[in-house]
Amino acid sequence: MKLDNRKKQRLNIIAVVGFILLVSWAQITWNPFFTRLANVCAIYVIAAVSINLINGYSGQFSLGHAGFMAIGAYASALLYMSPELKEVNYFITPIIWPLSVIQIPFFPAWIIGGLVAALAGFIIGIPCLRVRGDYLAIVTYGFSEIIRFLICNFQSITNGPLGFKGVPQYTNLWWSWGFALFTVIFIKRLIDSSYGRALRAISGDEVSAEAMGINLFKHKMLAFVLGAFFAGIAGALLPSLLMAIDPYYFQIILTYQFIAIIIMGGLGNITGSVIVGSAFAISLELLRVLETPHVLFTLSIPGIPGMRMLVISILILAVILFRHRGLFGQEISWEWLFSLFSRFSQKLRFRHK
Amino acid sequence: MPFSLFVQNVLNGAGLGLLYALVAIGYTIVYGILRLINFAHGDIFMMAMFFVYYGAFLTPIPWGICAVLAIGLTILLGVTIERVGYRPLRGAPRVSGLCAAIGMSFFLENFAIVVFGGRPKPFLYPDVLDKVVIIAGIHIRAITFITPVVCVVALLGLNYLIHRTKMGLAMRAASRDFDTARVMGVDINKTVSFTFGIGSGLAAIGAILWAARYPQIHPFIGVFPGWKAFTAAVIGGIGSINGAIAGGFLIGFFTIMLVAFFPSLSGYKDVFVFVILIVTLLLKPTGLFGELE
Repeated sequence: MKLDNRKKQRLNIIAVVGFILLVSWAQITWNPFFTRLANVCAIYVIAAVSINLINGYSGQFSLGHAGFMAIGAYASALLYMSPELKEVNYFITPIIWPLSVIQIPFFPAWIIGGLVAALAGFIIGIPCLRVRGDYLAIVTYGFSEIIRFLICNFQSITNGPLGFKGVPQYTNLWWSWGFALFTVIFIKRLIDSSYGRALRAISGDEVSAEAMGINLFKHKMLAFVLGAFFAGIAGALLPSLLMAIDPYYFQIILTYQFIAIIIMGGLGNITGSVIVGSAFAISLELLRVLETPHVLFTLSIPGIPGMRMLVISILILAVILFRHRGLFGQEISWEWLFSLFSRFSQKLRFRHK
Repeated sequence: MPFSLFVQNVLNGAGLGLLYALVAIGYTIVYGILRLINFAHGDIFMMAMFFVYYGAFLTPIPWGICAVLAIGLTILLGVTIERVGYRPLRGAPRVSGLCAAIGMSFFLENFAIVVFGGRPKPFLYPDVLDKVVIIAGIHIRAITFITPVVCVVALLGLNYLIHRTKMGLAMRAASRDFDTARVMGVDINKTVSFTFGIGSGLAAIGAILWAARYPQIHPFIGVFPGWKAFTAAVIGGIGSINGAIAGGFLIGFFTIMLVAFFPSLSGYKDVFVFVILIVTLLLKPTGLFGELE
């Protein structure tokens, strides 16, 4: 079924309006457990869609998302926490001067967190993206561990391994899902623009792309810095959602989770990342069942710590080996939905006859 | 710094450097042939430690035999990982291969957490390795002395395999030009399996010596040494075995000396490794011994 652009636009607007209504309904009526879970979903969606821009579309391979999220989280929390709260948190080594008195509202602090992460991405990108090969993977892998190291060592700035506690809870569904929506629309528009075409050309064949006059460094850097920015934004939502943050949260295993999401959703598939990202965050909660002991018909089953990640890692391997285009195989579009719907209704009609 | 302490540090640095070299070779030979960063290599390194740990802990087999058996098991593990995880994706886009490697690493780490437990465990090793030898007034732990010797023997063995056997010739050919080697009748599957076997074997030797030096093991122990070993391979020139040895030696020696001469900087030794990596990429991306593409 072919849809013209005006019809698609109308459908898009309806979908966005419906989504906003859904979010406002959820924010007002859902209990704290569900809103918290929905917020985590949004953070996973932002992170997954942004890492998909780097690893899925531009054919680079970044493992720095946990590091960028850590930068975003710390940079923003340092700005919006009140001086009194900082004084309470930094009880071992006092915080250095300008940071100890600064306090700005949540929204600008949040965006600055993203920008600082983007700056870090830019600095990391300079040495790696000029040369061909997989250097980005190995440098970003080291970078995200080094960032944790630095956070632990610079006690007077980051409070070291203690992290922050009692961070004010600003994150709500408006901020988190609002930005997730913005991320999806922004990256979709970017992919459909000339930049997106250039990125796809680069991921197909770098040499030919360069021969066609595409500036490899500029385009790769654009994708990487944008990815880092959105990672920083996703990270900045975390402390004010969890009300606490410490460097151990941002281990490389966090990046692996996002890689798992984009593998299952499909590399270069935004709707796949959104759906699997949300499902992933929810299933992380559901799979807690595996790790807590419980009794089934007089048979007591001990909880096995680490079991849910093992299940997820087996799932990733299965998907990458047997369905390496992802679970959906293709982008979920209006056409796809309508054709699915018409096929389904045809089947029903046959059955009636 | 007194002379005896200096000698101790030199021996320590040489030992650590050669351990990094052993792990780095596993990365570099696989990358040379398949253009794949084997992220699971650090976790293979970790598994070797646990094989020895459980062998010595649960069975009455003497430690030395356990270590040899563990090296064999690790080789088997490396070959199996390639067979199951990487071979089906050989024709797929490179990003898929990297994803498979990440998936493998993720799987091995979580497998270790579930089966072995996440808590650090004390690594048992024979007392012989702990004995202090006194040579010309310099106190040296036996392990500090044994590590470089074992590493050098392993490297000589590797040199023989690469340069004197038919399989080594096939590896060198596949590393130079994968497709041409296949056309010339090199059995690529066998060669790649062999490559993974050698890499895992060297990683296992490195892991056992590592665990005897730093006798505490946990499921994430391979992550950072693995990354540093890969960094060493990049610094030496990825794909080059001599480069991996030189890079590994440089990194191990450098970190030990840095801590020895500037103890206040010891918290930042890994940061310096990262800085060296960045500087290498800026100034000489092909590494010390790398060839131009």
